[in-house]
Amino acid sequence: MVDKFIEDKVTRVPIKQDGQEVKVDFNDLKSGGFIKQRQRDLFAVRLRCPGGRLDTKKLVEIAKLADKYSKQGVVHFSFRQSLEILYVDYKDFDNLVRDLEKIGQKVASCGPRVRVPTACGGCEYNPNGLTDTQKMAKMVDEKYFGTPCHHKFKTSFSGCPIDCARTKEMDLGFQGVVEPVWDEDTCTGCTICSKACKEDAIKSHPETGKPIYDPQKCIYCGDCIRACPTESWQAKRYGHFVRIGGRHGRHPREANNVANFIPDEKVPETIEKTLEWYKVNGKKGERIGKTIDRVGIESYMKFMEPVFKSGEPLKTNTKPGWEKV
Amino acid sequence: MGKGITMADIKADDSLDLRGVLCPINFVKTKLKLETMDVGQVLEIVLDDGEPIQNVPKSIKEEGHKIVEVKKEGDFFRLKIEKR
Ligand code: HEM
Ligand code: HEM
Ligand code: SF4
Ligand code: SF4
Ligand code: SF4
Repeated sequence: MVDKFIEDKVTRVPIKQDGQEVKVDFNDLKSGGFIKQRQRDLFAVRLRCPGGRLDTKKLVEIAKLADKYSKQGVVHFSFRQSLEILYVDYKDFDNLVRDLEKIGQKVASCGPRVRVPTACGGCEYNPNGLTDTQKMAKMVDEKYFGTPCHHKFKTSFSGCPIDCARTKEMDLGFQGVVEPVWDEDTCTGCTICSKACKEDAIKSHPETGKPIYDPQKCIYCGDCIRACPTESWQAKRYGHFVRIGGRHGRHPREANNVANFIPDEKVPETIEKTLEWYKVNGKKGERIGKTIDRVGIESYMKFMEPVFKSGEPLKTNTKPGWEKV
Repeated sequence: MGKGITMADIKADDSLDLRGVLCPINFVKTKLKLETMDVGQVLEIVLDDGEPIQNVPKSIKEEGHKIVEVKKEGDFFRLKIEKR
């Protein structure tokens, strides 16, 4: 009876159960989304659900498999939007994985690598959403999932500054932003935008009612654009506010704010270059936030400059707020 | 505060006083009322300052209607909405 879960070091592990040998090939199951439970022989199997999205046909099939393989007939929605099938006997791993493959469902990962991205609903169906978070999560999952790193590497996408996907706590987080521009000619001075702005970034002129905009206070949420009855506020550009080095856990660290208005098409490059910097500067077992604390954020900023100039690099010494350069 | 008048006194076909009605019920009532009206007709609503004026105009726009007039009167706002 082996009740210790072996992850990276050994790929093929013969496991003895009541004198019978069961072969479990961890190389085939290379994602490693199998987490030992406190109960003997039983594991939780985490499914790969980027952005927490599942199509309903697949969900029905997953439900059938969960019912078949979970000894207690339960699943759990994890904090990173994965669906976990609980109480799975390790002797069933091969069969479960095969059955999951038939319905096109993959298993998630643990350990020192790029994890399944999380994401909120974003602009597809959330009224606050500014970016297509689900599309981005899918892209990151397809391109970067499982990439080995010095430690776990978590990414997430929030559609707007409300930040439901908690980009401040990610190794690399992307939060939607929009820059508003105002057209004086069409403005009727109705004062609604100054009411709609929750950041006090718009005051109404005492006589005309027209907006007086303070870009230092603006967090680029777009509420003014959505509220204005005459479309006098318009979107100048959309993009991602980028945060690096966040984590939670035992030693939480709030991310450094590093860039603003990074366009969709520069997100892959942002991830690739960040992983490159981490590879060179990080140490085994060190989260990227720790690398930043040890090596200095300036090194990262310098390295990222070619990508970040597609938007606006930020002054990173100002926490917890942020400043435009 | 601004005078905030778009076009002088647009005639309203119907009206709703939503003072004291909380989000999002104020919007739901507006929506239900608009559904009983014809395209091109104008609904006048009265909204409290604070959350209602922050939220309701956005939602009205998102449903595709047009806010044609906004007046601030003391602690509340009088809006005219053209059904689209
Ligand atoms: C059925 C479950 C949930 C519903 C209906 C829900 C709904 C919402 C809504 C509507 C917002 C936006 C709030 C706003 O507009 O200010 C929000 C924000 C947020 N949610 Fe949830 N949520 C749920 C579960 C969760 C869970 C499980 C988590 C964390 C693991 C979470 C974390 C957050 C965070 C961090 C925010 C960001 C903004 C804030 O703190 O105000 N939510 N949620
Ligand atoms: C084989 C290795 C590992 C497995 C199987 C594993 C499994 C998990 C699981 C299942 C979660 C919950 C995720 C979710 O809600 O979806 C989690 C979260 C977490 N794990 Fe691990 N983990 C592993 C290694 C580590 C290591 C080495 C560390 C730290 C030294 C770590 C730190 C954390 C932290 C801080 C969280 C909190 C959530 C977060 O940051 O999003 N894990 N882990
Ligand atoms: S972050 Fe913004 S867009 Fe995403 S769910 Fe939250 S409120 Fe909606
Ligand atoms: S984008 Fe948001 S924070 Fe900036 S002025 Fe508009 S409502 Fe205010
Ligand atoms: S909401 Fe639009 S019309 Fe009204 S004051 Fe602001 S910019 Fe002008």
